[in-house]
Amino acid sequence: MNLKAAARLGGRIGHFSIDGVRLPFREGQTIMAAAMEAGVYIPHLCYNPEFTPHGSCRLCVVRSNGRHLAACTTPAAEGLEVESHTDELQEQRRELLQMLFVEGNHVCPACEKSGACQLQAVAYYCGMLAPELTYFYPQRTVDASHPDIAIDYNRCILCELCVRASREADGKNVFSIADRGIHAHLQINSSTGKLRDSDLEVTDKAAHVCPTGAILPRNLGYNIPIGKRPYDQKPISLAGDVADHEESS
Amino acid sequence: MLELLAEKLHIPRTQVISVVEFYTFLHTRPQGEYEILISDSITDQMLGKQQLMDYLAGKLQVEVGTTRKDGLVSLDNTSCTGMCDQGPAGLVNGQVLTSLDTGKVDVLVDLMTRRVPVTEWPADFFQVRDNIHRSGLLLNDSIGKGEALQSAFARGLDETLQELENAGLRGRGGAGFKTAMKWRFAKQEQEPERYVVCNADEGEPGTFKDRVLLNSYAHEMFEGMTLCAAIIGAGKGFLYLRGEYQYLYEQLQQVLQQRRQSGLLGANIGGQDFNFDIEIHLGAGAYICGEESALIESLEGRRGIPRNRSPYPVSQGYLGKPTVVNNVETFVAAAKIAVHGGDWFAARGTSQSRGSKILSISGDCRQPGIYEYDFGVSIAEILGDCGADDVFGVQIGGPSGTFIGNAELERRLAFEDLATGGSFIIFDNSRNVLDIVQNFTDFFAHESCGFCTPCRVGTALLKKQFDKIRQGHGSAGDLVELEKLSRLIKNTSHCGLGQTAVNPILTTLERYPELYQSQLKDISFEPGFDLDGSLETARKLARRNDPAAHLAQGGE
Ligand SMILES: Cc1cc2nc3c(=O)[nH]c(=O)nc-3n(C[C@H](O)[C@H](O)[C@H](O)COP(=O)(O)O)c2cc1C
Ligand code: SF4
Ligand code: SF4
Ligand code: FES
Repeated sequence: MNLKAAARLGGRIGHFSIDGVRLPFREGQTIMAAAMEAGVYIPHLCYNPEFTPHGSCRLCVVRSNGRHLAACTTPAAEGLEVESHTDELQEQRRELLQMLFVEGNHVCPACEKSGACQLQAVAYYCGMLAPELTYFYPQRTVDASHPDIAIDYNRCILCELCVRASREADGKNVFSIADRGIHAHLQINSSTGKLRDSDLEVTDKAAHVCPTGAILPRNLGYNIPIGKRPYDQKPISLAGDVADHEESS
Repeated sequence: MLELLAEKLHIPRTQVISVVEFYTFLHTRPQGEYEILISDSITDQMLGKQQLMDYLAGKLQVEVGTTRKDGLVSLDNTSCTGMCDQGPAGLVNGQVLTSLDTGKVDVLVDLMTRRVPVTEWPADFFQVRDNIHRSGLLLNDSIGKGEALQSAFARGLDETLQELENAGLRGRGGAGFKTAMKWRFAKQEQEPERYVVCNADEGEPGTFKDRVLLNSYAHEMFEGMTLCAAIIGAGKGFLYLRGEYQYLYEQLQQVLQQRRQSGLLGANIGGQDFNFDIEIHLGAGAYICGEESALIESLEGRRGIPRNRSPYPVSQGYLGKPTVVNNVETFVAAAKIAVHGGDWFAARGTSQSRGSKILSISGDCRQPGIYEYDFGVSIAEILGDCGADDVFGVQIGGPSGTFIGNAELERRLAFEDLATGGSFIIFDNSRNVLDIVQNFTDFFAHESCGFCTPCRVGTALLKKQFDKIRQGHGSAGDLVELEKLSRLIKNTSHCGLGQTAVNPILTTLERYPELYQSQLKDISFEPGFDLDGSLETARKLARRNDPAAHLAQGGE
């Protein structure tokens, strides 16, 4: 049984703590799921409660008993004492975020997602300033072949939320990852590799879960002006994830 | 070709691409008529690989990493091919080339130019020697075909599992999980459909003992797998054979066939109500597929991405069914324990590390090859036996293991002190430790599966950072950054690859800070900058890199 199913079934209630705050959890629930339900924010990018946890961005890594654990894939346990908002862990998160920024090409001022981008918002929350790491400047492209949805590979952080949403929610298989290591990249499952020739529709879940500006619905438009966007108003710990906002748009 | 595959398999074309791009030995574009890959292991480099590669590339008039315009030949590097005691080594169209030298290269180039098929090349090109120099508990002992199964059925399967537990056998793949406990877990699962997998991926640079077991002790290995199947109630087994060992494929198939003919595989084995058979699955050049859950993904036909745990493979492995994954040597040991009993094994070794360990010894010594020792043996004794003088240090357990300097040779081989999956690489005083670390760092960057941020981006950054320092462009700050990055990758990576990829840097930074310091740009030395102090964390961390810490991040 997967963790999500277990959590949905209810089950025995236990208690654990994050940074000294006592929280309830249902048997089988992950640290992340329990924290989210209790309104305790643990920075995350590849996690979305609607889909199978992935554990790839590693932003949610917390500490317990001297061990580092991904909150989104580790089940909560009775009496577990978790550290999350410590200087050491926030520093780690800043460095992980820097890695994501230098790996792709993120030009925030020129990005239409600015202010509504989860990557940007988490970076802001964790206090990441300009990246100090060496940029990779990879050669990536933009796919504007689809009438309703554009994909800018420069901004992809390989969180596979679109991959999972397409498979798990839309019953399709539009996205996949190819190659390995630093060459790993997102690809479209269509005869030409173009979005136009895939069966992605703008009403699909997969078109609305990207935490960055990599997948942008075109015609739905982002009509909210800069300054009024979700993360312009509130920090991500209060405003919630991109996917939540996409849903209401 | 891609289209054809996609059509035949009824999957999208891109799914074929996603898998093909993942594995080193698969390509989206046609390679030369002859595809040559030269092993880039540190041990091959120490045997003159680079000069040989330059010579070969020059003779062939082809750039490394490309295919010649006329399509005759492609030339590239590949990760350790497991021929470290007979390098420099390589592969031509998947067949192993050993003990290469310029003379052989001349012949090789001539054969290719004349378009002689590889099957007609001189046999001594492909000769692979066992080089067993010291036999112990496992290598000395020989059991008859079917003897372990007979003993187990006679004694009772539960009783045999108990013997295995009494033996104290721990996994020989490196992580050291108790074998009997793993089998017991699988046996206790509700789901009746179960699997046995033998991990013959042997990708850790400097390890080649499984290759020798596969060549000369295959019956015992298959017997161990069959024993496991009988005990846990599995109907099907897989041998996951690394692509580099494709030359053993036919021979292993024959062993399986013999076993079927002898009634040791198939239906009603040993006259019991027990059906089991084994299939060989070839890998295609990906170190990560040695990690058990990535291996299972690969078996299922996907990219080798390590799964989240729990669930562990023993409860949800191959096709989501209970699966026991063990190393080749573990199965060989299990078969022998079934015959001789647990005490036979437990009488040797140390309290936490019973029995013996087979080592693959390579590098600077007079007699590289296979050596078996009881656990607890000192490093100094091993070095004496294989003829290593003037030792600078030893890499124990491969790049993911530990580097020890010559002041630590009284340390012992055991899970309690220095754990190893079998790799034992010796360096003499003529070697530059930074060359070694650079080779290892490049290896991990090349082999990262790319799933998680710290390992995917971090190992690539380490490579850049290390190159910068090696080229003399590094400042003290770069060294501190190197250490910080290493710590992050170790702490936050999803699997054992990332968690151990930084061991070469951390273990040598701890021991030889002055060597790193000597690489720094003079002018960047800010006066009063306390490099030693700044690297304190590195030392603290490295000291934690003892066998106990190693266990926790291993495959279990
Ligand atoms: C990156 C990585 C590579 C590994 N490669 C191998 C390998 O080549 N062979 C092996 O037996 N175990 C390898 N392991 C360990 C396996 O995950 C697993 O623990 C082992 O096969 C279990 O068998 P054992 O208990 O008999 O050792 C590797 C682990 C990691 C993290
Ligand atoms: S396109 Fe967006 S959702 Fe998809 S993997 Fe990339 S960053 Fe994640
Ligand atoms: S640590 Fe490396 S090899 Fe392991 S999952 Fe992460 S990227 Fe893949
Ligand atoms: S949110 Fe847990 S690893 Fe990405």
